[in-house]
Amino acid sequence: MSALESPRARPYSAAVTFTNATIGYDRHPAVHHVEGRFAPGSLTAVVGPNGAGKSTLLKAAVGALRPLGGKVSVEGCPRRRIAYLPQQSEIDRSFPIPVFDFVGMGLWRSVGLFGGFDRTADERIAGALATVGLAGFERRTLDTLSGGQVQRVLFARLLLQDSPLILLDEPFTAVDERTVEELLHLVTDWHAEGRTVVAVLHDREQVRHHFPQTLLIARHVIAWGETASVLTASNLRAARSMEEAWDDHAPVCSVDEVHA
Amino acid sequence: MTAYDLLIAPFADFAFMRRALTGSLVLAVGAAPVGVFLLLRRMSLMGDAMAHAILPGAAIGFLISGLDLFAMTVGGIGAGLLVAVLSGLVARTTVLREDATLATFYLISLALGVLIVSWKGSSVDLMHVLFGTVLALDDAALQFIALVSSATVLTLALVWRPLVIECVDSAFLRVVSGTGATVHLVFMVLVVLNLVAGFQALGTLLSVGIMMLPAASSRLWAREIGAMSVISLVIAVLSSAIGLLLSYHLNLPSGPAIILVAGGFYIVSLLAGPVGGVIPRSLPRAHRTA
Repeated sequence: MSALESPRARPYSAAVTFTNATIGYDRHPAVHHVEGRFAPGSLTAVVGPNGAGKSTLLKAAVGALRPLGGKVSVEGCPRRRIAYLPQQSEIDRSFPIPVFDFVGMGLWRSVGLFGGFDRTADERIAGALATVGLAGFERRTLDTLSGGQVQRVLFARLLLQDSPLILLDEPFTAVDERTVEELLHLVTDWHAEGRTVVAVLHDREQVRHHFPQTLLIARHVIAWGETASVLTASNLRAARSMEEAWDDHAPVCSVDEVHA
Repeated sequence: MTAYDLLIAPFADFAFMRRALTGSLVLAVGAAPVGVFLLLRRMSLMGDAMAHAILPGAAIGFLISGLDLFAMTVGGIGAGLLVAVLSGLVARTTVLREDATLATFYLISLALGVLIVSWKGSSVDLMHVLFGTVLALDDAALQFIALVSSATVLTLALVWRPLVIECVDSAFLRVVSGTGATVHLVFMVLVVLNLVAGFQALGTLLSVGIMMLPAASSRLWAREIGAMSVISLVIAVLSSAIGLLLSYHLNLPSGPAIILVAGGFYIVSLLAGPVGGVIPRSLPRAHRTA
């Protein structure tokens, strides 16, 4: 229970630090030797080609993947409290659950396994749905919603999770412009409240306009810092030339020895 | 023939009919909601696989102490849990998915069961294990069914919320709580217990029927999981009562009669069910503005 009952982490304090972290699957790294930090209260876009290791990085932060080498540590937010939005494919959208119940999952920390939903909980759920523009959708079931509506529902759940650290994995794919705009508004609000927000994105214009910090990766960190200084022509060219190699007989990586 | 003769007399006059009715009604209380979750988890065929998987355990019990329900029950639960845990474990640690691991283990288990039964018993005994004896339930069997049903209802009440979340969005549950694997295991135990309780009354094969047919029917009547559970329970109860009466009046084997009535309910639901049934879908209805 300790993770659920731990005192509420204050905003401004959540950070993710990668210390020479190599993360991957089955001894084959997806990202090599990541060194850096999502600072407290920062709003960072993670950009890179397909297969660059963007999702892998987030999974390591949530604790779903253990690094093959190095360390990934989260401060200011217990692992169980991280609000994490994975790529949509993992949700069973055919399950007949009312939107109210689905969004209510966001209150897991305060309601837990057995707690009841009181009046305030009802109001908070209704409020979160209104914020994402889905007022009155409480009794609709998940299987009757469109792709964009499901994405709004997921954001409503993130709102209720009220976490100091929010990780979004491609939150705006297959969503129309108006919805993107409204959801981006929520993201900037979270940033203004002092939460630490990381989002994997593909739209470079979006990143330039709304995200102060950018991490550009292509199986290793190419640049990490102020968006304007990261998204330069030469950096982007370097990212594009990434090799997507999976060689069963690849030699053991020797960067560690160099570091040591 | 009066309505009394038709509906009440068989149960009023014969103790074995009363026992059969009690047994199948109580069984329905536990099996119906378990079936709904199996259906929604897209594991409808898993009940069938598990029903085969419990056979060697029941057969070993049979081998050791003859047609003794206690021994066969313990054996059945043991074999069922072993297959459930093994396939879950292999699915979580290798590239094979749960359906594949379950298929492999239940096939091994079934072959073993058939081997054991044919080694010692006769084919009549095998039929007995496979198709059950609802008309010969003794006190011990009834008590076991009651125990399993009570345990199922209580456990479901406890794990309902994480179980639903596990079904819809297991990735979310993995982040906010470490209970995902436990919840899945608890659910598998419930499936095994209900199948073993059912195999005394209906046999290993038909006990899946009373779990899945009402569950599949209920999906055509309701949009939410709570309502589905209630509807599937009602259908299971009606099927049991009507099936027993048919079996009495027309001199049919009782297990198949119960399942065929449930099958009848399913076909009616397919045709008339308001949620996507054939007839409601084909009726011309004016659409709303929003």
